[in-house]
Amino acid sequence: MVTIGIFSAFTPQNVMYLLGGLGVTVGVSLISVVLSLIFGSVVGIIQFERLPYFSKFVGTINNVIRNLPLLLIIFFVYFALPKIGIHLPIFWATVVAMSTFESAMLAEIVRGGLESIDIGQFEGARANGLSNVQTMIYIVLPQAYKKMIPPIISQLISLVKDTSLAMGIVLSEMTYRGQIVYAQNSTYIIPVLAVITLVYFILNYGLSLVARWADRKLA
Amino acid sequence: MALLQDNFPTFLQGFGYTLLSSLIALVGSMILGTGFAIMQIMPQKWVRKLGNIYVQIFRNIPLLVITFFFFLVVSKYVKMSGFTSGTIALMLYTSAFIAETVRAGILSIEGGQMEGARANGLTFGQAMQHIILPQAFRVALPSLGNQFINLVKNSSILAFVGGLDLMYQGNMIAANTFETFGTYMIVGVMYLIITLPLSYYIQHLERKLKQA
Repeated sequence: MVTIGIFSAFTPQNVMYLLGGLGVTVGVSLISVVLSLIFGSVVGIIQFERLPYFSKFVGTINNVIRNLPLLLIIFFVYFALPKIGIHLPIFWATVVAMSTFESAMLAEIVRGGLESIDIGQFEGARANGLSNVQTMIYIVLPQAYKKMIPPIISQLISLVKDTSLAMGIVLSEMTYRGQIVYAQNSTYIIPVLAVITLVYFILNYGLSLVARWADRKLA
Repeated sequence: MALLQDNFPTFLQGFGYTLLSSLIALVGSMILGTGFAIMQIMPQKWVRKLGNIYVQIFRNIPLLVITFFFFLVVSKYVKMSGFTSGTIALMLYTSAFIAETVRAGILSIEGGQMEGARANGLTFGQAMQHIILPQAFRVALPSLGNQFINLVKNSSILAFVGGLDLMYQGNMIAANTFETFGTYMIVGVMYLIITLPLSYYIQHLERKLKQA
């Protein structure tokens, strides 16, 4: 029974369908990681700068988002935001939910990276006449980002894995499309799940190798 | 507020199942994770390889896929509910992360500790149990706490397989009452009741470890 499934599950049509799902998975992950790098850096810098009240306020919101399940945030963006007039299509609802969640995660990484920079770097830059903002952009951030590359890549790995949660709002990504394929015939379940697992594994293991390489290169 | 009053037993049941699943998965993944961490530093090369393969596989595939594997495939041969398959998947998935955390903790302990223990006549197992692991767990405690927070959050995966947890009950209530906004707010607060105090406690622990 199982062997029958292996040969008939992967018709050209099904393979193309699954590959399209992989495209959606990668697309959501890439857009989300870029957006969350930007927002996460801003939030991380705000927390690092210890501005009176404002940093505490932002930090608290960040903590709340970080401690919620991503699945809940996805459902909230897609099902609850329309109640207050914000309607988003599935793809962008996923991107917004994942970017919000990942920004909160990355903000912590950015803050940690900034805190690991020696105070002398700030003092030296200031003593050489750079403004606060110039010090941040030209001296501190480049050093901090270098240290942050490995943890950022591991966040990217969890992002790729977490896109599968978006099948909860019927985003047509790889895991969802897999379900559509094996709904045709129950003998397809094992081969299709196996192939999906393998594709995720190759993608993420490859990323983790890049992280390890970067770690060694930058250490 | 009426929403909370009307559906309070359902919310509470979901909260209970989320806690139950998280606790079972926590205990299981601590045991498994520690086992695989020790495997990865054993003197035998093939044991190390085996431990490493396990960790790499479960770290790099989505929890949802593992859950579906148990719910759709394994349940054909061994009868299990959505709750059980979700909790087993959660346990296996988290154990890979705990293995990494504990391994890092063990590696942070000076090599002399193991050599000293062995020189005093302890076996590898005894040295591990009495000398290395107690110290390693202390170092690893903050990251273990973070893994537990992730576990609680990830338990929302049970909603996909009818696991009766908080997320599942929230979806049901939202679908019945159409009050999506209020329902998901309440569900969020209930998750935060578990995760937020833990998160602040971990930050406190980290600060204390840094000072020590």
